[in-house]
Amino acid sequence: MLESDLILYREDNERVMEIIDRLYEDTTARLVVLVDKSGQQIAVKGDTEEFDTTSLASLTAGNVAATDGLAQLLGEREFTILFHEGERDNIHISVVAQRIILVVIFDDNSSLGLVRLRVRRATVQLEKVFRMILDPPHGTTPAATENPALEITDEDINRLFGG
Amino acid sequence: MTFINYAAQEINCKIVYYGPGLGGKTTSLQYIHNRTLPSARGKLISLATETDRTLFFDFLPLDLGSIRGFRVRFHLYTVPGQVFYDASRKLILRGADGVVFVADSQPERFDANLESVRNLEINLRAHGFDLRTMPYVLQLNKRDLPRAMPVEELTNRLRYKDEPVFETVATKGTGVFTALKDVSRQVLGNLRRGAA
Repeated sequence: MLESDLILYREDNERVMEIIDRLYEDTTARLVVLVDKSGQQIAVKGDTEEFDTTSLASLTAGNVAATDGLAQLLGEREFTILFHEGERDNIHISVVAQRIILVVIFDDNSSLGLVRLRVRRATVQLEKVFRMILDPPHGTTPAATENPALEITDEDINRLFGG
Repeated sequence: MTFINYAAQEINCKIVYYGPGLGGKTTSLQYIHNRTLPSARGKLISLATETDRTLFFDFLPLDLGSIRGFRVRFHLYTVPGQVFYDASRKLILRGADGVVFVADSQPERFDANLESVRNLEINLRAHGFDLRTMPYVLQLNKRDLPRAMPVEELTNRLRYKDEPVFETVATKGTGVFTALKDVSRQVLGNLRRGAA
């Protein structure tokens, strides 16, 4: 199925960040990241200095994609949760609204039980928000004229490549 | 799938390098990585086997600069070229905004090129994409090899539509940036048309 472009307006971003901030606080996580299944990082909260979040987003999406492939092989619709346990850090990965990946990295200051509990609540909230973002009711998005893509000129594109 | 974030003022696009095994996809990305300012690129990630064959994908994030106050970022991916990694190739095409097909100019690899173009078409269709309307360039690689097939013959037989064709030598970087620029232009042009 063809996926539409993902456009996150300021108001959407505020709603998403509110949920992510709360999850980050409630779980005492080191990092919370939202990633699109194609590998694009959507939102992040936490120690962004220590983690290369762009690489993290891409690898997580690859991980989820491979797991989706495994699910199909087994006749499952999807495996909704992935968990990687390390000596210091752990990664909890879950899928929201079938298209968005929620990643929580945590250490000994938190626990898997707490993360699972809080992720479940955040997932319900995020699903509501992303349903609106991915399929907005007619007339609720800002005017199309605000889309920066509309203003791109040939000169702008040429300038990106130095001529 | 382009991702536009108004709060972060970013436009993010995804380009996939496709083609037969050992054709020069990873080498193209490595050249782009080596020749881009550290401030404009992220880490090059390669999920490869011990013998340096791509197992899952290579990934390189590039920051191209700003348009109208929005940072323009391109995420470049390669697919594993070996035939039996088809499931992985299909996964990586998810959300692609444009494709660079890296063909191997050696005559003994011609059938592999042809098979890979067909495979690309099928895998794109599985994601709802149509190669006929998608930003796409054909990169004829290994032009420095003495036995390289003539450009005209390769173009005639591998070209899928009227896509631009570029002669490249990925090991030296010849033509690699030109091909990337062209597909990026097409992607941004598509984005503009889509917004209109």
